Amino acid sequence: MIKIIDLKKSFQGRDVLDGVNLTIEKGKITVIIGRSGEGKSVLIKHIIGLMKPDSGRILIDGDDMTALRERELNEVRKRFGMLFQGAALFDSMTVAENIGFPLVEHTNLDDEEVLKIVGEKLRRVGLEGVESLMPAQLSGGMKKRVGLARAIVMDPEIVLFDEPTSELDPVMSDSIADLVLETQQALHTTYAVITHDITLAYKIADRIAMLHGGRIIEEGSVEEMKSNENPIVRQFLEGRAQGPLKAY
Amino acid sequence: MIMKFLEAVGRRADGVVNATGSMAIMLGQAVMFAFVPPVKLRNIFKQMSFVGVESVYVVILTGTFTGMVLALQSFNALKRFGAESLVSPTVALSMARELGPVLTGLMVTGRAGSAMATELGTMRLTEQIDALVTMAVNPVRYLVTPRVIAGVTMFPLLTIIADFSGVVGGYVVGVKFLGINSAVYTGRIMDFVTVHDIFYGLKKSLVFGVITATVACFHGFYAKGGAEGVGRAATGSVVMGSILILMSDYLLSSLMTY
Repeated sequence: MIKIIDLKKSFQGRDVLDGVNLTIEKGKITVIIGRSGEGKSVLIKHIIGLMKPDSGRILIDGDDMTALRERELNEVRKRFGMLFQGAALFDSMTVAENIGFPLVEHTNLDDEEVLKIVGEKLRRVGLEGVESLMPAQLSGGMKKRVGLARAIVMDPEIVLFDEPTSELDPVMSDSIADLVLETQQALHTTYAVITHDITLAYKIADRIAMLHGGRIIEEGSVEEMKSNENPIVRQFLEGRAQGPLKAY
Repeated sequence: MIMKFLEAVGRRADGVVNATGSMAIMLGQAVMFAFVPPVKLRNIFKQMSFVGVESVYVVILTGTFTGMVLALQSFNALKRFGAESLVSPTVALSMARELGPVLTGLMVTGRAGSAMATELGTMRLTEQIDALVTMAVNPVRYLVTPRVIAGVTMFPLLTIIADFSGVVGGYVVGVKFLGINSAVYTGRIMDFVTVHDIFYGLKKSLVFGVITATVACFHGFYAKGGAEGVGRAATGSVVMGSILILMSDYLLSSLMTY
């Protein structure tokens, strides 16, 4: 379980996170929604220790990520996988080398065993026979799938997703949503997804939390959020330009 | 007006001190990781190949033409004193003590340093460096240490190649075009150039290797601002690397002379 307590972060005097409180439950998919620039990516980078908060705590099964030393932090990070917005595949490596990278770095498996696991993970994300391709030869959807395969290659307990359907067409977005659901159900992993794709949120979420003004303003199940009366949540979920949220 | 000027100077000085400190910390970490297992030899060899093997042609060309022009100019000068036989030690000593390491440093900074900064800058902006961190891999250990090791090991070897190319270039001009006796050309080198002179240049090249790799990695590692930022990182690494090579060349020459 991930527990975020009163997390604050400001950049050049602007409070991006202004006291975020959120619990991400074990074995569930929690989707954090919010407008662009509201600090969703900043929040997810704090969870995995890529950024240090100004104040507040992030507890991963009791370990406070904000108080750990680099070496201890790395031990906790080994329990994580992360799919980046642009997949963040290493462009000097093949698909197989990308997916097998965490195994090569953190296990003593030989090349044959690594390739076997890479093949298994590729099949799980619906790709086969692409091991020798370079990232530049992949489509946007394929990159996301390879990124997901790399994120789950160490069988992590927690997987973080940064805008998994950004820059994808609706059909590809839906197939990624299916993939997120399938892998979560197969692996019973804790998934935390940040997105402003409401269709994706409705499809995969066990719980949805909305980040606005540096805080989580509402959270609940999909049905609870659909019936939420908060005008900011209503406007965002309905995708209307008119309302308290200003288009700028 | 004056306050604004002082503020601008202060900000600039603050930036320089910050950058110097960050670079020193990065270099310190990179050196520490070189001695702490696991050391990934594959990464190191890949960078050695990139910095060393792939720079051989440009270093040979630079060394050869520098030796040729040195021979030509020194012949014209020494002829006035009837000392044409000193052309070869002039070429060899200039190459070994000064031009070999400095020109190799500048050329490899331009070729490999800019490429390192571009590669790391692109990795920063496409979140590949963040991805390394999330996979519990220290990016300095993975990206900077192999490049610093490659710089330290390959620059002296490239300098030896540049020195030799310069002497060969000088031989072609001196012996084939200007009529200096072949035995005199080689014999005078043996008379005047010592192993100490060669090591004098190699020590410099070792420092230039550290400078090039550290400056390039620093600029790439902290690149920001999209494609323009990557361009700035590449340019910055070449400009700062070249200036530091020339400044440290004087400093090292002073220290090793006295």
